[in-house]
Amino acid sequence: MKNIFSRPKSLKKAAFHYCAGCGHSITHRLIAEAIDELGIQDRAIGIPPAGCAVIAYNYFDVDMLEAPHGRGCAVATGMKRVLPDRIIFSYQGDGDLAAIGTAETMHAANRGENITVIFINNAVYGMTGGQMAPTTLLGQVSTTTPPGRSALLDGHPIHLSEILGQLPGTRYIERCAVNSPANITRAKRAIKKAFKCQMDGAGFSLVEILSQCPTNWKMTPVNACRWVTETMAKEFPLGVIKDLKAQAPTS
Amino acid sequence: MKGTIKIDGEFCKECLLCTTVCKNQNLRPAAELNSKGFHPIELKEDADCNGCALCAVVCPEVAIEVYRE
Repeated sequence: MKNIFSRPKSLKKAAFHYCAGCGHSITHRLIAEAIDELGIQDRAIGIPPAGCAVIAYNYFDVDMLEAPHGRGCAVATGMKRVLPDRIIFSYQGDGDLAAIGTAETMHAANRGENITVIFINNAVYGMTGGQMAPTTLLGQVSTTTPPGRSALLDGHPIHLSEILGQLPGTRYIERCAVNSPANITRAKRAIKKAFKCQMDGAGFSLVEILSQCPTNWKMTPVNACRWVTETMAKEFPLGVIKDLKAQAPTS
Repeated sequence: MKGTIKIDGEFCKECLLCTTVCKNQNLRPAAELNSKGFHPIELKEDADCNGCALCAVVCPEVAIEVYRE
């Protein structure tokens, strides 16, 4: 029999430290598959975030450089400008990208830096124990919003992909999920397209991934996957937010 | 069987996502534990696997390899 599915070459044979059913693990595999299929393993450089994925360099078989909390896009800017032939991707969570790193992200996007950002949105601060994040849904229970997030007290969930989509510097932004085979396939296509966007020199690309966090949502992995579709995707609709890849980059 | 899968029981964390996507209900947690304390997924003896690879696509731990004729 022929092998039709196995571990991608760019993913080391190491057991993930993530919880059972975590979306990080699936996204790691999708990125590795995209790197393999585009043949860029020898020139890809990843930037892990602060957060659950902080030791992502233990899993990817590509060069990785850890950035300070939230500064992934700033570090990526420097790396891309010094090494323009490399494919630079920053892997950041919602606490990293949408809270502490908002300024760096917004300005890198606005400058139209030719980098790729993978934005993991799981609606909580995962590593520190499930506190409210900027992306926490209204009414969602977290350790710092025990009665549920209230708009009056805590504000509304931030839609960073839509905000970035308004900036003229951004080229390609899509929101995906990794909770079902169909969504996983779509997410992989989006990640590949984002890398391709950078390889063509088109400019800033970002893929937001709605990622299940069974542990901090206090759900089983199967229920967490269901919750992504039934609740989370209502607040953060899936699909392409911006795609100007076909247009020539502004000089 | 048109296809089959190979499961690395040491990688499995028993999230059960694969069991929900298998159209033929071929997968179940094993009776014994792995070194992490999970019941790793195994292929049933009477499994009718067609090698669709949906289990491998959703597997967060990349614990499943798929083979097809």
